[in-house]
Amino acid sequence: MHPAPSVILFSTLSGLGFGLLFWLGLGQPAVTGGVAFALFAIAYVLAVGGLLASTFHLGHPERAMKAFTQWRTSWLSREGWAAVIALLVMAVFGAGLVFLATRWSVVGVVGALISLGTVFTTSMIYTQLKTVPRWHMPMTPVMFLSISLAGGALLAGQTRWATGLLALAGIVQVAHWMLGDRAFATSGTTMATATGLGEIGQVRAFEPPHTGSNYLLREMVYVVGRKHSTKLRVISLILMVVLPIVLLMLPFGHMIAAVAVVSHLAGVAASRWLFFAEAEHVVGLYYGKR
Amino acid sequence: MTQLPASTDCKMGLVIDLDTCVGCHACVISCKGWNTENYGAPLSDQNPYGADPSGTFLNRVHSFEVQPKDGAAQLIHFPKSCLHCEDAPCVTVCPTGASYKRVEDGIVLVNEDNCIGCGLCAWSCPYGARELDAAAGVMKKCTLCVDRIYNENLPEEDRIPSCVRTCPSGARHFGDLGDPDSAVSQLVAARGGMDLMPEMGTRPVNKYLPPRPKDQMIGEIDVLAPLLAPVAEEATGFLAWLDKTLEKI
Amino acid sequence: MAYQQPTVDTSPKVSDEVRQTTCYMCACRCGINVHMKDGKVAYIEGNRDHPVNKGVLCAKGSAGIMQVNAPSRLRAPLKRVGPRGSGEFEEISWDEALQIATDWLEPIRKENPEKLAFFTGRDQSQSFTGFWAQNYGTPNYAAHGGFCSVNMAAAGIYTMGGAFWEFGQPDWDHTKLFLLFGVAEDHDSNPIKAGIGKIKARGAKVIGVNPIRSGYNAVADEWVGITPGTDGLFILALVHVLMKAGKIDLDYLARFTNAPVLVNGDTSSPDHGLFLRDDDGKPLVIDRATGKLAAFDKPGVRPDLSATHRAAGITHVPVFHMMAERYLADEYAPEAVAERCGIPATRIRAIAAEIARVAFDEAFELDIEWTDFRGEKHKTMTGRPVSFHSMRGVSAHANGFQTARALHVLQILLGTVEVPGGFRFKPPYPKPAEIHPKPHCGVTPGKPLNGPHLGFVQGPEDLLLKEDGSAARIDKAFTWDNPMSSHGLMHMVISNAHAGDPYKIDTLFMYMANMSWNSSMNTSGVIDMLTDKDENGEYVIPRIIYSDAYSSEMVAYADLILPDTTYLERHDCISLLDRPICEADGLADAIRWPVIEPDRDVRGFQSVLCELGARLDLPGFVNEDGSQKFADYADYIVNHERKPGIGPLAGWRGDGTKTGRGDVNPEQLDRYIENGGFFVSHIPQEASYYKPWNMAYQDWAVDMGLFDSPQPYLFQLYVEPMRKFQLAAEGHGENQPPDHLRERIKTTMDPLPIWYETDQEGNEGFSVNALTQRPMAMYHSWGSQNAWLRQLHGRNPLYLPTKLMREHGLSDGEWARVTSPHGEITVPVMEMAALNDNTVWTWNAIGKRKGAWALEHDAPEATDGFLLNHLIHELLPAKGDGLRWANSDPITGQAAWFDLKVKIEKVAAPAESQPALAPIASPIGTGPKELKWKVGK
Ligand SMILES: Nc1nc2c(c(=O)[nH]1)N[C@H]1C(S)=C(S)[C@@H](COP(=O)(O)OP(=O)(O)OC[C@H]3O[C@@H](n4cnc5c(=O)[nH]c(N)nc54)[C@H](O)[C@@H]3O)O[C@H]1N2
Ligand SMILES: Nc1nc2c(c(=O)[nH]1)N[C@H]1C(S)=C(S)[C@@H](COP(=O)(O)OP(=O)(O)OC[C@H]3O[C@@H](n4cnc5c(=O)[nH]c(N)nc54)[C@H](O)[C@@H]3O)O[C@H]1N2
Ligand code: SF4
Ligand code: SF4
Ligand code: SF4
Ligand code: SF4
Ligand code: SF4
Ligand SMILES: [Mo]
Repeated sequence: MHPAPSVILFSTLSGLGFGLLFWLGLGQPAVTGGVAFALFAIAYVLAVGGLLASTFHLGHPERAMKAFTQWRTSWLSREGWAAVIALLVMAVFGAGLVFLATRWSVVGVVGALISLGTVFTTSMIYTQLKTVPRWHMPMTPVMFLSISLAGGALLAGQTRWATGLLALAGIVQVAHWMLGDRAFATSGTTMATATGLGEIGQVRAFEPPHTGSNYLLREMVYVVGRKHSTKLRVISLILMVVLPIVLLMLPFGHMIAAVAVVSHLAGVAASRWLFFAEAEHVVGLYYGKR
Repeated sequence: MTQLPASTDCKMGLVIDLDTCVGCHACVISCKGWNTENYGAPLSDQNPYGADPSGTFLNRVHSFEVQPKDGAAQLIHFPKSCLHCEDAPCVTVCPTGASYKRVEDGIVLVNEDNCIGCGLCAWSCPYGARELDAAAGVMKKCTLCVDRIYNENLPEEDRIPSCVRTCPSGARHFGDLGDPDSAVSQLVAARGGMDLMPEMGTRPVNKYLPPRPKDQMIGEIDVLAPLLAPVAEEATGFLAWLDKTLEKI
Repeated sequence: MAYQQPTVDTSPKVSDEVRQTTCYMCACRCGINVHMKDGKVAYIEGNRDHPVNKGVLCAKGSAGIMQVNAPSRLRAPLKRVGPRGSGEFEEISWDEALQIATDWLEPIRKENPEKLAFFTGRDQSQSFTGFWAQNYGTPNYAAHGGFCSVNMAAAGIYTMGGAFWEFGQPDWDHTKLFLLFGVAEDHDSNPIKAGIGKIKARGAKVIGVNPIRSGYNAVADEWVGITPGTDGLFILALVHVLMKAGKIDLDYLARFTNAPVLVNGDTSSPDHGLFLRDDDGKPLVIDRATGKLAAFDKPGVRPDLSATHRAAGITHVPVFHMMAERYLADEYAPEAVAERCGIPATRIRAIAAEIARVAFDEAFELDIEWTDFRGEKHKTMTGRPVSFHSMRGVSAHANGFQTARALHVLQILLGTVEVPGGFRFKPPYPKPAEIHPKPHCGVTPGKPLNGPHLGFVQGPEDLLLKEDGSAARIDKAFTWDNPMSSHGLMHMVISNAHAGDPYKIDTLFMYMANMSWNSSMNTSGVIDMLTDKDENGEYVIPRIIYSDAYSSEMVAYADLILPDTTYLERHDCISLLDRPICEADGLADAIRWPVIEPDRDVRGFQSVLCELGARLDLPGFVNEDGSQKFADYADYIVNHERKPGIGPLAGWRGDGTKTGRGDVNPEQLDRYIENGGFFVSHIPQEASYYKPWNMAYQDWAVDMGLFDSPQPYLFQLYVEPMRKFQLAAEGHGENQPPDHLRERIKTTMDPLPIWYETDQEGNEGFSVNALTQRPMAMYHSWGSQNAWLRQLHGRNPLYLPTKLMREHGLSDGEWARVTSPHGEITVPVMEMAALNDNTVWTWNAIGKRKGAWALEHDAPEATDGFLLNHLIHELLPAKGDGLRWANSDPITGQAAWFDLKVKIEKVAAPAESQPALAPIASPIGTGPKELKWKVGK
């Protein structure tokens, strides 16, 4: 799949933002007033910024509101609802903390869960797609959630939680890669099933339908990035998990924390880039590509 | 709208004969012509006279080579457009309801006024049947020529999809695949019509007729040998051949 | 919740108006319905009533809308201002353009009309352009047939009075076995596709004989991946097996062919090999009833296939004897040819057996009574449901004429020509070779030529030679080099004019032929010839006038450009006088008419010729008072008469009720337009088969003006005129060939089909066959200017068989240097498994010159695309005799495109395909960056 910057930015930032909201909702850290304002502001900038970024890849962003209508079947629509509700609930909760120095913990817990739910809906947009075997597995939401929780904990300064969750996210990420690498082969979809010609013999794509390029090839058959995938996986893992853990083990300092967060963000972005770039859509079979 | 209808009144669709398609691309261009001028936004082309021309097409003809265990490789031309799936994932993923399946005939359509161009429906389609138009920013797909097949401004015989009407070799057939007695259903039954990627669970309405067996006249088993028995034995020569041959007049 | 869905307008208005005309996105000439909105072309579909396409339309046809809007259209007459080949022009007025042309052409006509060479490419108005050239008086006129498929046309016409090439078609409704030799697309594009679809729907079988298994050959039930150039051997092996088994139609052979005609068997006679004839010149046979000699067409005669005749010490044997002697010989046994053809002997036998089974065991009768030319009545028509078709895969080899002849002989032996289920002619065919005109070259300054330029020679006396024995025509057509070159040799014109061999010319006038690019062999060499200057600094070819509709590669090499209209903007006439659109069941012709008006300063070329003809005072183009006779082409179409009552169009003549023959009808074009742009008149049922011998057909053809009297004839298994050339080469007669050609004439001009290896001298080390195929969705170079079509084929790889890919360590997208004895190209490769093991190929004419066709310089056509033409020379490698041997069939002069042999090496990817020629300036710039074509609201 084409790793569109807007989509990578969206899932990276909003995952982190909603992760932070989750921890804030649980009262970790238990902040009020200006500090709370600052933390909530960061969370909102990330979550809302991410959502806004996601509209950049729309053909008609001005019609974005229409996306709320189909929550019965569409995970994208559900994500929209979940995000809005999470942001609203957390706004109420945050307002209490900032302006009234009051913690409505039930509201906070509900908000935290909906924030996490938002991340889940995001992950389901990808997980539901049978056409992309690498995404179509339970490990996908687990990965999105674990990264979001770990990143949120990191940003929220929950050092202990963060260390553990980062390690977990690292393991989940590696598992996702490993399962993902096998997913296409085990999906049962092949050139033979795609064409129905397997009965006759070994099928090979000959001429493409057009020598000119097209939307499908640009969007769904992205092959360039896969060459360096092992290298990128290592880099992503180091940035997303290893470096932040090492930094967390050092004596706390704002600079160090900031570096840890930035490193994590860069690592997640790399992981998300790979998430798209490595994802092979079955339509590639018709073009002799995966 | 995004929900699929519980059932449709009929299942209009195409049957494509892979034994007959010569890969001429007539259907591709005819489709482009009709759908550029008709339903929704025109099918645009970017860089049409430059280095990397690219445009929206609702129907494309692939080609595959198949190598049987024995014998020569075969080449199969393979037209592909929307299969108007019964369990169309492109409909259910759509957040806006722009994508829908019609109750009356099962045609899967995009209501362009509602489409935000998110591309998700194209991602969900295993067959590559949807293309986002770069100029209009909306999703385009085969409409099964919904603006032809019932069009009272067209003569009755022309109320068929543009690609079917134009196909020079008659490799494309159109009809109700929900009616077992329809000509298309009969054809599918007779020729072993098949689904593409059945494992995707999309239950395509369009069917493909597989190529017939090829390269059978190889002469290994000589059932036809008697047909070629010489009229005269070598020894008696040309005149004997002539005599024997001419006896037959 | 109830399912909701938007309402869709399922009955939108389709168009304001439908205008019916004839497609010209290729030469198949289908009928089209042009849907108009606000006076603009909105959508093009096939015309269901049209005899050619019956409603279907190919990709090119549907893309016509992008052609008439193409940014590459020329906009005004152009005068060259930069050096030739630079592409630098100045727009001028029509008046100036016509004045320049007149100033160039008038003096030549007065002094020596042969100094004008007028060649018209893929012209559909040859009867008109030929008429113009004849009135001008130059002998140098032809269209593209010589480099295209004259082998097919000439072999068919000399053998059976009609050919595959547009002149006939399989009986799609009845055939049960269809064999296709060397066809990728053909001129009959839509009918062939429809036909294949039809027979496949019936479950009938198709056998494709072709080194490449794509398109028609991909859907063929059997693919015979033959070694290029060996079809003749394969066909004659089928003939061998079928004759040996007696699976031939003796009755048919005796009645309708020259198999029983007696041939002089005296090797010492000057008439050796010629027919025994009566005093009227009619070939003689022996009547089985009387045992006596009789003219072949004597009423009641039953020709004997075996009886010989001895008189004055000379034995005359029937052709049939000679055939048996030749083809029963072991050299034609499947085992003897298998290896060379690359087809196992068992498979050749299996195919022969299937042919025999279908032709004879599946024979059937149609209850149609008919009377033959000997007056015999037949109760039924016997169907032999095996049919054949062939085109350039056979004819574009230097042995193509004989191979095509072999194929016709096979068909005739099976008795499957002009019978139900077999091959059928389309009017004005069948027509014996003898009643075609003979070629003419009688030049008189200031006067018309003494007759039509092209035709069918009947012997050495008909060659076009000057007193000194040199060629009368610039292309050397109808000389000992290629005696039966019925369509001329367009591929030799520039080369010969440049070499001054046989003479120098002054003005080259061309229409619709991209001669500096894809239609020439040796493209780079031709470019050099077009730009070469003599010692005085003058161009060796002093003046070039060219008419094109688009900014093609050729435009840059002309001095004066006469911009044509597109096919929807002009009148055209698809006439029975040249290449009509008839079907086997009907006589048909058609027109084009301006369904839109040009938005540029362009004029239909034929109309321009009407005016130019008048300015030059050409007899056919001025009235008695010297005024212009035809205001434009439409005027000519309606008012010109070839013979009294016979004009370009056959329909609605006279008062509108006459067909074929009749007075001029001023409303004729209106009647055509009302009828959808075409006219069709169906052949009566009793005349539908056996046309060469069927009196009902002959009489109908006379009524229609196709002949002036009935012309029944025999199929010529043995072509006597060829024997006449051989006799001359053996030293008989007054007209003697030059010595260097004697041997070649003796071996190649065999009156019975033979196979010979094509000329491979100088090919040592080059062992891979290199071919081109036409893409179904592209027409030569025209397609690339079309925004929709060029997305289908914007570049062309060289396809290599798996074996060669492995041998050279190549994989898809890598590059190879391809070398021939003549040149080299470096091109991207792609693997194809369904391909003859020793053959490579590419799509024809996709490669483009930078600057042409209004494409940007980095268009893939110009960077990755390539032409194979750089590897093909118009001359054979030098033989050391100082002579220029054309790379052509020695009989017809057909360009031998497909004899090309190459070698392949893997190389590092260059920046672009090689050779990469410098860009030419474009007279019209490039196109827009985005298209959203919709003419409705
Ligand atoms: N390697 C290789 N080369 C080949 C062949 C092959 O098989 N292999 N095939 C050969 C054969 S058979 C042929 S026929 C030739 C074809 O070669 P060409 O005869 O050159 O054919 P086109 O490329 O179609 O171009 C003819 C010219 O006509 C112009 N034209 C198009 N429409 C109009 C119009 O309406 N009016 C005017 N005035 N001009 C118009 C086009 O712009 C173009 O410049 O190629 C030959 N070249
Ligand atoms: N779409 C489209 N249609 C066209 C044209 C076009 O450019 N585009 N051009 C028109 C013109 S001008 C012409 S002349 C016709 C030509 O129509 P075709 O005769 O179909 O011409 P080609 O495409 O050259 O195809 C020649 C075929 O012969 C095969 N072949 C080559 N050598 C041999 C051999 O030795 N034996 C056998 N058995 N096969 C061989 C090649 O593989 C190829 O498939 O098409 C006309 N129709
Ligand atoms: S083919 Fe694709 S676009 Fe068409 S209905 Fe099926 S899933 Fe949807
Ligand atoms: S692109 Fe349009 S039709 Fe497709 S899912 Fe998005 S909104 Fe729906
Ligand atoms: S049915 Fe209509 S929209 Fe669909 S592929 Fe055919 S022509 Fe195109
Ligand atoms: S028009 Fe018919 S034959 Fe041509 S590519 Fe399409 S389906 Fe195949
Ligand atoms: S075959 Fe195609 S391009 Fe040629 S005349 Fe017919 S529709 Fe036009
Ligand atoms: Mo041609």
